[in-house]
Amino acid sequence: MTVDTYSERARDSAPAASPAADRGRRRPRRRWGDRLLFAWTWLIIIWLALPIAVMIIFSFNNPHGRFNFTWVGFTLKWYGPHLLDYPSLTTAMENSLIVAFAATVGSVVLGTLVGLALGKYRFRGLGTANLVQFAAISAPDIVLASSLLAFFVTLRVPLGLPTIIVAHIMFCLSFVAVTVRARVLTLDRSLEEAARDLGAGPWATFRLVTLPLIFPGVLAGALLAFAISIDDFVVTSFVSGSTQTFPLWIWSATRNGLPPQVDVLGTLIFVGGLLIAGGSALFGRRGTR
Amino acid sequence: MEQQERDGVTTRLPEPAALADTSAEVPEKHLVPVFDAKSVSIFYGSFRAVTDVSLTIYEHEITAFIGSSGSGKSTVLRAFNRMNDLVPIAHMDGEIDYRGVSLYGPDVSPVAVRRRIGMVFQKPNPFPKSIYENVAYGPRINGIRKKSHLDEIVESSLQKAALWDEVKDRLNKSGLGLSGGQAQRLCIARTLAVEPDVVLMDEPCSALDPIATGRIEDLMHEIKSQYTIVIVTHNMQQATRVSDRTAFFSVLRNEKPGGNDTRTGVLVEYGTTQQIFEDPHDSRTQAYVTGRIG
Repeated sequence: MTVDTYSERARDSAPAASPAADRGRRRPRRRWGDRLLFAWTWLIIIWLALPIAVMIIFSFNNPHGRFNFTWVGFTLKWYGPHLLDYPSLTTAMENSLIVAFAATVGSVVLGTLVGLALGKYRFRGLGTANLVQFAAISAPDIVLASSLLAFFVTLRVPLGLPTIIVAHIMFCLSFVAVTVRARVLTLDRSLEEAARDLGAGPWATFRLVTLPLIFPGVLAGALLAFAISIDDFVVTSFVSGSTQTFPLWIWSATRNGLPPQVDVLGTLIFVGGLLIAGGSALFGRRGTR
Repeated sequence: MEQQERDGVTTRLPEPAALADTSAEVPEKHLVPVFDAKSVSIFYGSFRAVTDVSLTIYEHEITAFIGSSGSGKSTVLRAFNRMNDLVPIAHMDGEIDYRGVSLYGPDVSPVAVRRRIGMVFQKPNPFPKSIYENVAYGPRINGIRKKSHLDEIVESSLQKAALWDEVKDRLNKSGLGLSGGQAQRLCIARTLAVEPDVVLMDEPCSALDPIATGRIEDLMHEIKSQYTIVIVTHNMQQATRVSDRTAFFSVLRNEKPGGNDTRTGVLVEYGTTQQIFEDPHDSRTQAYVTGRIG
């Protein structure tokens, strides 16, 4: 079954290069290559994590002005009411969250339907439809951004939160569609037939059989969509008008120095993402047992 | 039946129960037709999968469909519970009567048909849920909510599928953890849980080892008195072991001058299993059952 291989792969991927590791365990001394691989792996992890660590550390810094670049002293005060010292930053963060949630919901609903159609049916234009999904993913942001701006201006749509949300749904949709499609392709069609055979209608079959089976794909798509949306800068800056989001605020604030509140909000987003990722991994493991 | 009321569609499917009550008194030779297929042709798009099949399936018998790949035996089987309806490009000519009512009539709901005519698939395909939930799935979507009632159905269905003793202590474990043979018996229990009249089996043992196959065959004999069974099989020994009647399908090639020959499935011969295997009237049947082709 597909679910089995899924869980096996998840288990296998934990000890990377397991045959090498097994060999290492049997012999008393680790081979030279293993050590190099070990060191290299950790180097990459450190490289990836270091900037985030700096951000987290500086969210506890206690600078005097808005320039939070040298260590002054430890404080927890930015995690209290002082977090809201800059009303424009607070509004920008609220906007970012509104956009990210709306874009996630919108792109998950539409993208799941697209993914189902692409994975389940053979129809004229299937190849083109598939290509369009990947083209939308690989197209440079700047192209999307300028064409969307031209589109909105031509239609005389006032720029603001709604246009940001539409733009975000647009570029998140393909990510959801592609992850869901991959999952749908592994579906055993006879499961749906079995459900229909027991007297389930199309909707009941979808809700009770299809959706639970493709749910890991939907969830992965949703997490991707949220992560891509909340930190988008290029497209947002083109279609936002006078509305500010978190990344736009940071960009405009860099000249006057970044206050520790930015590090705190960054840390909170990071921790939130970590919790969601951990939760979904846990959920996935339980779901496959 | 309460199922029909919940359905909200006037299905007018006749009740097998009424007929079953009298079956004890009728002499054994008296055959009650369950399906009556008349000149059935099934198409996938422009491809004619089977052509002009007519046959009658009788109550409380096991009917086997044998034949080589592409002869349309599975396609015909899937026409009996309107599973082909789920394939957008499929359509059917001809007629199939189920207990005297047209199965494809305008006021017959395919959902009601599938409830009455259950199906077991080639590969064991339990839902990724617990053993209990797998069996309770059908009764649940048909509106049975009471826990005690569901418990009863789950136990009796698993009993009938000869799986109860093996799984009664782990009903809440995933159905995916069972062996192939157990999983297939779970799928049979799942089908029996909605109290069907007919059970269609599409090569139910092709993914199983001989021991598991033997258990499924025993099971078929045990439940035969309560159900009508149609089984598609590639295994001729299996057909001789389990079935009362056998239909032999074959591929008919129409060679066209243009070089693109078309192929279609046809019903070559239909009779009692003994007659088909011991005294086949058609030379193609003889060649197949003696192992000379296919």
